[in-house]
Amino acid sequence: MESRNTHLAVGLFVIFGILAMLFLGLRAANTSAVTTGETYKIYAKFDNIGGLKERSPIKVGGVVIGRVSAISLDGAYYEPLVEMTISKQYSEFSDTSSVSILTSGLLGEQYIGLNPGFIDDTVEMLGDGDYIYDTKSALVLEDLIGQFLFGQGND
Amino acid sequence: MFDRIAALGKAVLDTVAGAGAALIMLVRALIGRPNLRKSWPLLMQQMYSLGVLSLLIIIISGLFIGMVLGLQGFTILVDFGAEQSLGQMVALSLLRELGPVVTALLFAGRAGSALTAEIGLMKATEQLSSLEMMAVDPLRRVISPRFWAGFYSMPILATIFSAVGIYGGYLVGVQWLGVDDGAFWSVMQSSVEWQEDILNGLIKSIVFAFVVTWIALYKGYNCTPTSVGISRATTSTVVTASLAVLGLDFVLTALMFG
Repeated sequence: MESRNTHLAVGLFVIFGILAMLFLGLRAANTSAVTTGETYKIYAKFDNIGGLKERSPIKVGGVVIGRVSAISLDGAYYEPLVEMTISKQYSEFSDTSSVSILTSGLLGEQYIGLNPGFIDDTVEMLGDGDYIYDTKSALVLEDLIGQFLFGQGND
Repeated sequence: MFDRIAALGKAVLDTVAGAGAALIMLVRALIGRPNLRKSWPLLMQQMYSLGVLSLLIIIISGLFIGMVLGLQGFTILVDFGAEQSLGQMVALSLLRELGPVVTALLFAGRAGSALTAEIGLMKATEQLSSLEMMAVDPLRRVISPRFWAGFYSMPILATIFSAVGIYGGYLVGVQWLGVDDGAFWSVMQSSVEWQEDILNGLIKSIVFAFVVTWIALYKGYNCTPTSVGISRATTSTVVTASLAVLGLDFVLTALMFG
């Protein structure tokens, strides 16, 4: 009988542990599966990516549609090349779309904002491996201050 | 002069021999054909005394640490108007560091010292020798179930610690100080990653479980079989295990998040 009570207590202990794990996994962790389903990749070159990191979100009008999956320097001109993994669910972007690196809030993380372009008969849709050429770089505070000071000097 | 060098050499040799003896003890206790029918009740008994009986101290300290994190984090974050990030701060500090480390320290104090004292006393009263006289391997019969019980219990305890701690942070942050309920959870969810945070925390607690239980068992098995010897071994278990946990935590953190 004593051994049965021991088994019961240990069983409850293990169940309690599993419940705690489920709580952590489902309540505390990121379960929104934006990039776990089918995805496709789009590339974009920037002059300066600022504080953009791998796994930074890609947003259209504030809605997360994908994440930055790789950042590297490309080609002879050493331009930062950003690989974006976007959910197949959002696959209808035209190649006139533009991307810019934005900052959430005054001190927040940087993310990529995608502005869908217009669609008519002559434009094609972006597919896996395509490039977006219309890009705006990150705002670097030091550059802004430099421009401001330079502008003041000219007056 | 030569005496000092000789003393240094002896200390080094003793350390190396101790590490080797500990490894041999562990290997001999764990390798071999497991006899599930016999070892299952022993394992359950040890899971009860190491895991279930440690539950209360883990839950209470988890709750209080979570609440303190909530309170301290709130007073700092509110200066920047960023008190909605409280959930992120509480969850990340618990999952990455405090959960595994504090659980390991508490476990070393609560269960590790008890293990050392128990085995040390078994040795002092020659119970281990009597087992050997009866052709029962004390390593398989005494050490092995205790090792596995500690190894399984501590990750479970660390998970419970983190979960309870997050709830404690929620109680203070949301219920008492008025952080927005939805923002608390959604900021936490957008920053906590399965693999990066939860899985790495779990790996940490598994490593700590291995080290703390091993140290406790070896110190008990290897103690001088006198009352002074047992007392020294128990103290040494808590000190060595705590230092090992803190040192290993730095190494693991550097490997995982560095």
